[in-house]
Amino acid sequence: MFKFLTQLGSYFLLLKKVFSKPEKPSLYYKQTMREFVSLGLNSIGIIAIISFFMGAVITLQTAYNTENPIYPKYLIGLGCRDSMILEFSSTVAALILAGKVGSSIASEIGTMRVTEQIDALEIMGVNSASYLILPKIIATVIFNPFLTLLAIIIGIFGGWIAGTLSGVITSENFIYGIQYAFIPYYITYSLIKTLFFAFIISSVSAFQGYYVDGGSLEVGRASTKAVVYSSVLILMFNVILTQLLLS
Amino acid sequence: MINVKNLNKSFNGKKVLTDISVTFDSGITNLIIGKSGSGKTVLLKSIVGLHEIDSGEIWFENTLFNKLAFKDRKEIRSEMGMLFQGSALFDSLTVEQNVRFPLDMFTDKSNEEKDDRVNFCLNRVNILNANKLFPAELSGGMKKRVAIARAIALNPKYLFCDEPNSGLDPITAILIDALIKELTEEYKMTTIVNTHDMNSVMEIGEKIVFISDGEKCWEGNKNEILNSDCEILNHFVFANSLAKQLKSTKK
Repeated sequence: MFKFLTQLGSYFLLLKKVFSKPEKPSLYYKQTMREFVSLGLNSIGIIAIISFFMGAVITLQTAYNTENPIYPKYLIGLGCRDSMILEFSSTVAALILAGKVGSSIASEIGTMRVTEQIDALEIMGVNSASYLILPKIIATVIFNPFLTLLAIIIGIFGGWIAGTLSGVITSENFIYGIQYAFIPYYITYSLIKTLFFAFIISSVSAFQGYYVDGGSLEVGRASTKAVVYSSVLILMFNVILTQLLLS
Repeated sequence: MINVKNLNKSFNGKKVLTDISVTFDSGITNLIIGKSGSGKTVLLKSIVGLHEIDSGEIWFENTLFNKLAFKDRKEIRSEMGMLFQGSALFDSLTVEQNVRFPLDMFTDKSNEEKDDRVNFCLNRVNILNANKLFPAELSGGMKKRVAIARAIALNPKYLFCDEPNSGLDPITAILIDALIKELTEEYKMTTIVNTHDMNSVMEIGEKIVFISDGEKCWEGNKNEILNSDCEILNHFVFANSLAKQLKSTKK
């Protein structure tokens, strides 16, 4: 318990350092642009692939579980749409990003710590926490909502492809289903969750990397911890935010 | 000039430095020597503020550095350059970008002026035609020289070098030592070098502080070190068989 509180305190102290006034905003801007590419654009591929197949599987599973003729066929499209919007595009995508982006952030910053690159920044008088972490937080918080929207679109597209090619639903029924009883607030809900998850992934992973002490083995451990802690927090906040936003 | 008074430092209750008091003069190369684990790096990192000390005072000229808040330390830190044991070059930046980094961060010079300064610093440490290379593409000696170029980019008043020769062959090590000594004299810097390399001691040791088990045991220069009465120091200096033979021949 004491260790947990110490860690929690250190995390908030780090955040205080991260959100202090930047030394030179123009350099932070350049760094943020680099992070957009590294953490955002480079994640499009994996999000696209996973969303496509998730959409496809949701469609097929919904179809096989609603074979009873009393269920209208368009429910398959509706199920795919709502599952993608409410849960898969935000939560599952965030868990995947916690693996990809979180481990990358923790290992990058951790390696900089053990090779004294962070000390070199501190010696120069640079606020290393802010310079290294703030651009990552900004990049993920701004870019991840676009990844969520992309995941929704590609997931539904994947569902349509799988449904029509396997013959479990016609194209007309699927399209009718994804338009049926559409609640735009679900998109807002999903995007709000994404903002929280993006912050968790980048800040928790950066915290794990920033306080690495030791060598390459510890960097590996920090990277694993970053993924585990981010994932657990994402799942916890998923419950809290769902209760707050949908109740 | 850097003045350290009664410095104490411990980690998790384990004392690492005990009551260290020493003055490092400007314009000369000051050496901290001692065997591995004696507390040299902790002392150097405490002086530059990377470790918070338990008690004592660290004066940079007339400023009590260790009592300053982080943001107030910036002014003095902008006058510091440091060469780390593993060079600590930024992996994601090229040689040129590494040397340019402090200029970008702390000066309002034009791009042309920055380029000139970068090229001047790289020429000064004899790094030619490597501006676009990444640290991973450099040899150990080149990395050290680029790190020195980065350290002197802002014309520092204080230069700190942590084991500048570690991992280098004797000839490259002597070149790095000579470069540090030249730069110290040229820019009238206060230079502190951590080392356990006796070649460095004999090449550039204008003022030498010997640390053993976290305590200062001896202070002098390279001429005095061979005739010291300090037993622990003699044990360190004449550790290898060649040095022992030379000592017995001299007797």
